[in-house]
Amino acid sequence: MAAVDETAVPLTRKDYSSDQEVRWCPGCGDYSVLAAVQSLMPDLGVRPENIVFVSGIGCSSRFPYYMNTYGVHSIHGRAPAVATGIAVARPDLDVWVITGDGDGLSIGGNHLIHALRRNVNLTILLFNNQIYGLTKGQYSPTSEQGKITKSTPFGSIDYPFNPLSLAIGAEATFVARTHDMDRKHMQETFKRAHAHQGAAFVEIYQNCNVFNDGAFEEILQKDKRGSMLVSLKQGEPIIFGDDLEMGVALNEYGEAHIVQIADVGLEQILVHDEHRTDPAIAFSLSRLADRPTTPTPIGVFRDIERPVYEQEVTAQLARAQERSGPGDLRKLIESGNIWEVA
Amino acid sequence: MTPETTTAQPLSLERVVIRFAGDSGDGMQLTGDRFTDVSAAFGNDLATLPNYPAEIRAPAGTIAGVSSFQVHIADFDILTPGDVPNLLVAMNPAALKANIADVPPGAAIIANQDAFEERNLAKAGYAVNPLEDGSLDAFRVYPVPMTTITLEACKELGVKPRDAERSKNFFALGLISWMYNRPTDQTVTWIEEKFKGKELVQAANIAAFKAGFNFGETAELFDHTYEILPAKLKSGRYRNITGNLALSYGMIAASQQSGLPIVCASYPITPASDILHELSRHKNFGVRTVQAEDEIAAISMAIGASFAGNLGLTTTSGPGVDLKSEALGLAVSLELPLVLVDVQRGGPSTGLPTKTEQADLMLAMYGRHGECPLPIIAADSPSGCFDAAFEAVRIAVKYRTPVILLTDGFLANGAEPWRFPDVGDLPAIPVDFASEPNHDGAFWPYLRDPETLARPWAVPGTPGLMHRIGGIEKQDGTGNINYDPGNHELMVKLRLEKVMRVQQDIAPVDVDGDVDADLLVVGWGSTRGFIKAAMRNVRGSGRKVAHVHITNLFPFPSDLGDVLRRYPKILVPEMNMGQLSRLLRAEYLVDAQSLSKVQGAPFRSAEIEAKIMEMTN
Ligand SMILES: Cc1ncc(C[n+]2csc(CCOP(=O)(O)OP(=O)(O)O)c2C)c(N)n1
Ligand code: SF4
Ligand SMILES: [Mg+2]
Repeated sequence: MAAVDETAVPLTRKDYSSDQEVRWCPGCGDYSVLAAVQSLMPDLGVRPENIVFVSGIGCSSRFPYYMNTYGVHSIHGRAPAVATGIAVARPDLDVWVITGDGDGLSIGGNHLIHALRRNVNLTILLFNNQIYGLTKGQYSPTSEQGKITKSTPFGSIDYPFNPLSLAIGAEATFVARTHDMDRKHMQETFKRAHAHQGAAFVEIYQNCNVFNDGAFEEILQKDKRGSMLVSLKQGEPIIFGDDLEMGVALNEYGEAHIVQIADVGLEQILVHDEHRTDPAIAFSLSRLADRPTTPTPIGVFRDIERPVYEQEVTAQLARAQERSGPGDLRKLIESGNIWEVA
Repeated sequence: MTPETTTAQPLSLERVVIRFAGDSGDGMQLTGDRFTDVSAAFGNDLATLPNYPAEIRAPAGTIAGVSSFQVHIADFDILTPGDVPNLLVAMNPAALKANIADVPPGAAIIANQDAFEERNLAKAGYAVNPLEDGSLDAFRVYPVPMTTITLEACKELGVKPRDAERSKNFFALGLISWMYNRPTDQTVTWIEEKFKGKELVQAANIAAFKAGFNFGETAELFDHTYEILPAKLKSGRYRNITGNLALSYGMIAASQQSGLPIVCASYPITPASDILHELSRHKNFGVRTVQAEDEIAAISMAIGASFAGNLGLTTTSGPGVDLKSEALGLAVSLELPLVLVDVQRGGPSTGLPTKTEQADLMLAMYGRHGECPLPIIAADSPSGCFDAAFEAVRIAVKYRTPVILLTDGFLANGAEPWRFPDVGDLPAIPVDFASEPNHDGAFWPYLRDPETLARPWAVPGTPGLMHRIGGIEKQDGTGNINYDPGNHELMVKLRLEKVMRVQQDIAPVDVDGDVDADLLVVGWGSTRGFIKAAMRNVRGSGRKVAHVHITNLFPFPSDLGDVLRRYPKILVPEMNMGQLSRLLRAEYLVDAQSLSKVQGAPFRSAEIEAKIMEMTN
């Protein structure tokens, strides 16, 4: 199949928005993510027909219906696998995965980690609302322990996942976090994720105002963001606080922890480097906040280069053709011992 | 060492069934394969039945570790790998014990005498050596010190005795090659190629092979050799082929004839893995293979590939089909072409991983929630897997539907001569991707072709045809999410009707045998040859029977009901508890009697024959 036409044409948000009525609950954080993505699209310069949004099942997974691109609303948890199939078949397409904390980390956890390890060229947006929205409010693999929900009237016992730690552990080459209250930050993060060659994993803190309202309010309320959001910037010391008085340093074990700059001096503050091949510091940063209740890093944690899966698949095909010429069906069928009966 | 140097005139035979049996580590599959290939090239008709344990290396010398390979060669067209062996080659006591029940009195047994020592006898549960206690008096037994002679033959080569011992299967192959006057050069060349770079192994195997051949000639143990002339098969060009290989070639052929590149995503499982292995070798045909993280991922990837305009393919066996069922439903709902190959094996659960069975018919038919119809096709011989694969792709593409292609362990690993088609005669599989809006300047992804009811296939990258599809019920035409009761019923009916229209496109029932028969035998899948062989005998004895073999299991051919009702009695032999017979009863209200066998092995034609005799008495 010939590669798609990639010449850019000037387009607007409208060109990327479908005519379908958006059906999330009023006030749902999903709206702001959708708006961020739709209005970012013209900037990315990819024609709508060359884009595919693939999702699983969940409130968030309705997302593809609202994009005027190609889209597959697949089954619960399997979007990374469907998307892998699309990417392998057509490396020329721009493939996005939309998933939720239940979809991507519970039923579909296996596919997510394998898509990351393979480094399939996908932009994966995980809408983490720490709850099962669509099924009306059961706890999810990212819900805090002790969570009271319909299925856990006495509190949940399960220890939660840290999605970024999981992604880094799964050999992800791009890992980032953003949140639904800041369109600009979302767009910067998505843009970076999209530019990344290989699997880009973005966790989005997303408020479900119906079943888990305020899950991130301790860090996302306007007046708290300064002291609770630790913005990661490549090549810069990791500092935060209303007066930028705090920073992140590594202790003797290499663990990231929060310090008062006045106590340790600016030179002790960790300078952020997304490109470190070794994942240890990125991992440590992903664990700085155990829950979104203490100062929490946002931005790009990790961005490294590794061969892209479908490009390698294509390269093997090309090498096979170079070596043996294009497939010859007659030669194939008539291989081995042949005899003739008159 | 040419066959002509044998002293006695070879005895002419029409056919022979040989079973090579030994420890899993003894290389019996390789030996059997080799003998098969030589016989195929010689021009015999043949059919094979490999049988091996699920464990890679069960404890050596035990019954559990016995692996066997049966090959039936003949100078006429045969239909099965043979009910019982005329010659059993037993490499150790366990191999004898595990197979002796199948050997009829008067048949020959060649045993590796060296292996019949105390430890091995004990492991096989023999208190006394059966080669010596007269318990085998009903057979013609030839004890041959295969290990000793093999070691002797390799002595000069500098091969360590332990390594030399491993070549004893080639000794057996040499001996049997002598006995049946098989040409030797091909095997020598084959050994040279197979063990290229391993000079010692190469030399040892050739030495053992020649020693076996020469032993036959000089030992005076056997008074003559046998000759089985080339079979007078239908004229044409032939090669030997197994089901899994034929299926892989069929898929590649379908890809070439449709212009759709294959994406085959699979998770390894016996006995289907060889299809993935084979396809992954043919990247120069544009075949992309992915070893997925599990079967759910595998079919999901295939769905993605088909959405993107490739030919999505996933190959598995029963346990994998269980896992794929939800995604198969998605493919039905998305109305995308896709082929799922189920190489059936004994179940439930892990069951009998390496043994054959036909018990996934109901699974293929009904194993999904909701009303979820899809075409089901079954291959009925190893070489027939080529045509079945080609046909599965054709239907999947034309009707935009997933298709389940059923084969089984027997077909997968069994071999037979294949009168392969001329590539120039293969039909094209037309593909019509949507290129234009189809409704007032808009694109409706579920606006159907009036003839096939297939929906348009608009692939990403096509300007103006952007659309979103999913597993949620959608409005016919627009494809928009829609929960209206009337629309759902319409969609359920349309999805079924679309699949039923495959009937317009498939051959009517082909009845073989007597028009005025008292009994109609109805089969599907790999029982074909066994039923035909039984029919030959029964009809030879003057009884009137007819046979119908069903390739399209859903939908059935449209005239099947009429055909069934023409016969007073119906017999359905199946390697399950009567799944097809129940479908026929439910669909056509006919008294289809079931003959079932679930022993992880194909029927013997004699078993079917006996049932036919009983029912026609
Ligand atoms: C196989 C299967 N099991 C269960 C469900 C029911 N189900 C739908 S969405 C969902 C959880 C969704 O949670 P999440 O991924 O966090 O998405 P959210 O709705 O919160 O955006 C569940 C359990 C399903 N659709 N399919
Ligand atoms: S249930 Fe929660 S996540 Fe789902 S749409 Fe409503 S607010 Fe959003
Ligand atoms: Mg959720």
